[in-house]
Amino acid sequence: MIAAPGGLVGRAVANLRRRRFVLFCGGVVALYTLIALAGYVGLLPDFQERVGGSYEPPTLAPATILGTDIFGRSVLYKVLAGTRTAMTIGFVVTAISIPLGMLLGAVAGYYGGKVDALVVWLYSVVTSIPSILLIIGISYVLGKGLLAVCLALGLVGWVGLCRLTRGEVLKHKGREYVLAAQLLGAGDARVIVRHILPNVMHLPIVTASLAVLDAIKSEVILTFLGVGIQDGDSWGTMIQDATGELAQGIWWPLVGVTVAMFAIIYALNVVGDALRDALDPKLN
Amino acid sequence: MTAYILRRLLHMIPIVFGVAVLVFVLFATVGEDPVRTALGSHATPEAIADLRSRWGLDKPLPMQFVDFVRRIATFDLGESYNSGEKLTVIFKRGALVSLSVTVPPFLVGIVLSIAVALLIAYFRGSWLDHYSTFVFVGSMSVSYLVYIITFQYVFAFRLDWFPISGYEPGLASIPYLLLPWIIIVVVSAGPDIRVLRTVFLDETRADYVRTAFAKGAGEGRVLFKHILKNAMIPVLTYWVTSVPFLILGAFLMERFFSIPGIGDTLINAVNTGDRPILMTLTVLIAIAYSLFNLLTDILYAYVDPRVKLS
Repeated sequence: MIAAPGGLVGRAVANLRRRRFVLFCGGVVALYTLIALAGYVGLLPDFQERVGGSYEPPTLAPATILGTDIFGRSVLYKVLAGTRTAMTIGFVVTAISIPLGMLLGAVAGYYGGKVDALVVWLYSVVTSIPSILLIIGISYVLGKGLLAVCLALGLVGWVGLCRLTRGEVLKHKGREYVLAAQLLGAGDARVIVRHILPNVMHLPIVTASLAVLDAIKSEVILTFLGVGIQDGDSWGTMIQDATGELAQGIWWPLVGVTVAMFAIIYALNVVGDALRDALDPKLN
Repeated sequence: MTAYILRRLLHMIPIVFGVAVLVFVLFATVGEDPVRTALGSHATPEAIADLRSRWGLDKPLPMQFVDFVRRIATFDLGESYNSGEKLTVIFKRGALVSLSVTVPPFLVGIVLSIAVALLIAYFRGSWLDHYSTFVFVGSMSVSYLVYIITFQYVFAFRLDWFPISGYEPGLASIPYLLLPWIIIVVVSAGPDIRVLRTVFLDETRADYVRTAFAKGAGEGRVLFKHILKNAMIPVLTYWVTSVPFLILGAFLMERFFSIPGIGDTLINAVNTGDRPILMTLTVLIAIAYSLFNLLTDILYAYVDPRVKLS
């Protein structure tokens, strides 16, 4: 049999070190969330304001630590404003797609029959359209902007969770504890919400951190393609501008955005993996 | 088997119909009036009425939907609003170009990521496994756009190893395609290898692995003979389901490198409101996706004797 690597002590050390890293990553997510909240209460510096000349390379002063853009605006402030947009989209999209996926998945799995067929049909339709096309289509209907991006990503993003939840609920439906609850006279809603859902809660929790990450990545690409955020405070817009700037040797805006994006996506990846390792009963 | 395939094909009908309805609602019932966009604001009412009836937009919406479905069902797809070219011609041309962008790195990626994932599975729990996870998660945390921009800048603009952008038909396209191929392989390596590593590691817990070890088979033999064979089923699904999206191409790639593929056609259609292209292409891709799903299930039954199609 394949031996556990490193022995017991080695594994414990690795585990602790890993946990510290997971905590650190959780801290990064919290920090980004705080930045976004600060943006909403007006605590972030105005990114439209000029802080120097056009395209000044990074200096040690806080406002120009990432240099300036073509209009002499601080790249750091733009990155922070983009952080607010990115985190908003990440959370709003997740707040739409997770409950939707849970609800449809639970209902389909529990009731079966026609309801199940309908839900399965619905997600088959949604998955067989490449999501980028569906999102473009939805933002076509809703007009462009933050709301459209959130709704579009949310209305597309529920499928994965719905499928998982449906499968799990289907398994739980026949178990004794569910039958017992039903025999005691609990209504369907009560059985689903109070008895079955607590047993499948690992699914939405693990999916949520990955959903935030996906939404952030998708927003950048949508904005880059011209169907996302329109008024400039997005990482996608910054990357779009950076395409031309790089050829002129202006590297700092791209580096600024890339580092900011890298940190949050990496942190969410690590937190998501850690949550899955901790919560998924199949892995224990 | 035949009965199964037939039943599955019948199951596709409501799904494709749903896709058609959704696409029609999203693209054809709202947005700007394509006739006005095409003719500009100074068009005479006669010209507008004329074009409207030529495009079939003077009919009531349900009739327009029937027309749309009929065009797809008969594969007489109609014409582009912008160029007036037949859609079948546009799609055929674009699809071949897109496939030339995506298929080579797809194939290279399959071989490469199976090899690397096996290697990592072999050394699981070691420093190699540990650090490769960091590297691959890191590689997944950089935006696709950033990869394209920096690779294009460094390897084409600064080092001049590849042309910056452009395309020529036939074999002359290869120099233009090399850099996009490299980028696709690099970008997809992270997620692919991570999925495969998990698949291989899941297999190591199976009973047949213990049996093989008990019979005295070496680690390498178990990994390459037993695990690799059994893991082919999830591996197969993972890849076959991504095949239809190869037609759509790496459309960011096509945009950055000015490659005239389907993705490029599609983005132009979005920007110019060319509804026939948008709508028809979406439905065709959905059909392709359903067909490949069916193909995956049939392949399942072929490679895994435990799976019975019914």
